[in-house]
Amino acid sequence: MNARDKIKEGQAASEMIVRRKAAMAVLAHAKTAEISAHLDAIMLPPYEQLREAENGLVMLRGRIGGDGAPFNLGEATVSRAAVRLGSGEIGFGYTLGRDREKARMIALCDALVQSDEFAGSVETKVIAPLRAGLLARRQQRAAETAATKVDFYTMVRGEG
Amino acid sequence: MYVAVKGGERAIENAHRLLARERRGEADVPEIALAQISGQLALAVDRVMSEGSLYDRELAALAIKQARGDMIEAIFLVRAFRATLPRFGATEPVDTGKMQVRRRISAIFKDIPGGQILGPTFDYTHRLLDPQLAEGFVPDEPAVAEASSAPTPRVTDILGRDGLIESSSPASARQAVGDLTREPLSFPADRDLRLQNLARGDEGFLLALGYSSQRGYGRNHPFAGEIRFGEVEVEFPAEEVGFAVPLGTIELTECQMVNQFKGSATEAPCFTRGYGLAFGQSERKTMSMALVDRALRARELGEEVLAPVQDEEFVMSHSDNVQATGFVEHLKLPHYVDFQSELGLLRKLRDEFFQAEARPELKEAAE
Repeated sequence: MNARDKIKEGQAASEMIVRRKAAMAVLAHAKTAEISAHLDAIMLPPYEQLREAENGLVMLRGRIGGDGAPFNLGEATVSRAAVRLGSGEIGFGYTLGRDREKARMIALCDALVQSDEFAGSVETKVIAPLRAGLLARRQQRAAETAATKVDFYTMVRGEG
Repeated sequence: MYVAVKGGERAIENAHRLLARERRGEADVPEIALAQISGQLALAVDRVMSEGSLYDRELAALAIKQARGDMIEAIFLVRAFRATLPRFGATEPVDTGKMQVRRRISAIFKDIPGGQILGPTFDYTHRLLDPQLAEGFVPDEPAVAEASSAPTPRVTDILGRDGLIESSSPASARQAVGDLTREPLSFPADRDLRLQNLARGDEGFLLALGYSSQRGYGRNHPFAGEIRFGEVEVEFPAEEVGFAVPLGTIELTECQMVNQFKGSATEAPCFTRGYGLAFGQSERKTMSMALVDRALRARELGEEVLAPVQDEEFVMSHSDNVQATGFVEHLKLPHYVDFQSELGLLRKLRDEFFQAEARPELKEAAE
């Protein structure tokens, strides 16, 4: 493999990571039933559970002063799972909370995102509608928040 | 000392049965659901998550229900649950600068970039009980306005640009992040350990200590530089995946206290800072935490340690309400043997006293 091919491959790998992370970020916010309903629109390929979905903890970290050295703030419950498609792609699912089924579905979606055959349909039929819902909820919250922004006005006292 | 006492099993079993019935309340009143506790007693849930040191709304709601609303009992239950699960690792430090802000106020800059955003707050309410809430109240839809895409930088970032405030100490590559759930406390404790301790510390204890510093016991001239509440993204560097995996968002409250100056012959004077961070909307908690954090930096900043709030051993050893409850409430356990020996000693002392009374010549000689 020459240098140019190597760079190309590196770029493809990092693009894939960006795509997988973007999909995971959307899926982590979705409800289990929503993901499941959207997945129904796809003819799923055979897959196996590589790792039984399990619950555990992560230590959440903050930074001293918001921008300094890290410190341990407290833990959170997390679920994780791993699946392998018949075609070999391995997907991982991680999410806050104790919903193992959700972790398993995220893992399945992550595997599909990596598959040439399913990347397109999982994006259009699962990730895109979930992303639209997430954005709509965020915009609604942002609009409600914006209405509580203070507009200062100066009161003129005396005769100047 | 207390010794194991056999017996009472049936009484204990029946007491727990009775407790379960009392917890349920009157049978013709509907039972509360966890979603109701999580949604409608949200700040109670936030407190149980913060001091239970476990972010899981549903579990905190369950703990509150099981504890009949006793917050410290609920916190205890959450802490005990935490011990049942394996830890996968630690997340990337959250970036509060990228918070999707729901509330953000500064008491030091009126025109802070990004604006003063009140969000859902009790501030400016009249604190009059609202009879409407007693039955079937349907609130109005919230007002909406066009959201601005302007960033909301932390006030400390703004002051920091001109060097007016000290910078946060950066991470040291050599030093692991201290974790008091893994190693027992030892002193002196670094600021990372102190903040972890304060983050799970009792809100009432920290409030009282912070208040004491304002009243003059370890005064440090604080301004509420900024308080913000909102959602931050969490990422976990999962080894087998090969990159930091998004886990979803958590709600946090952050408080930046801006305090009076430090400076030296070689360093220009600048403001100092105290920091508070907690799960959920926990404003009183984070403000108190920031006051105490700043006070505990006395040694580092060359201030005289005179008040309890500046004494890290005192603060950190007494901030944990689960530990404190354990020690206070253990007094309820049978101390029959201990007490018998005290009783014996007291009887002996009293006998000696009355014997001396009865023989005044001896008493005089003793004097």
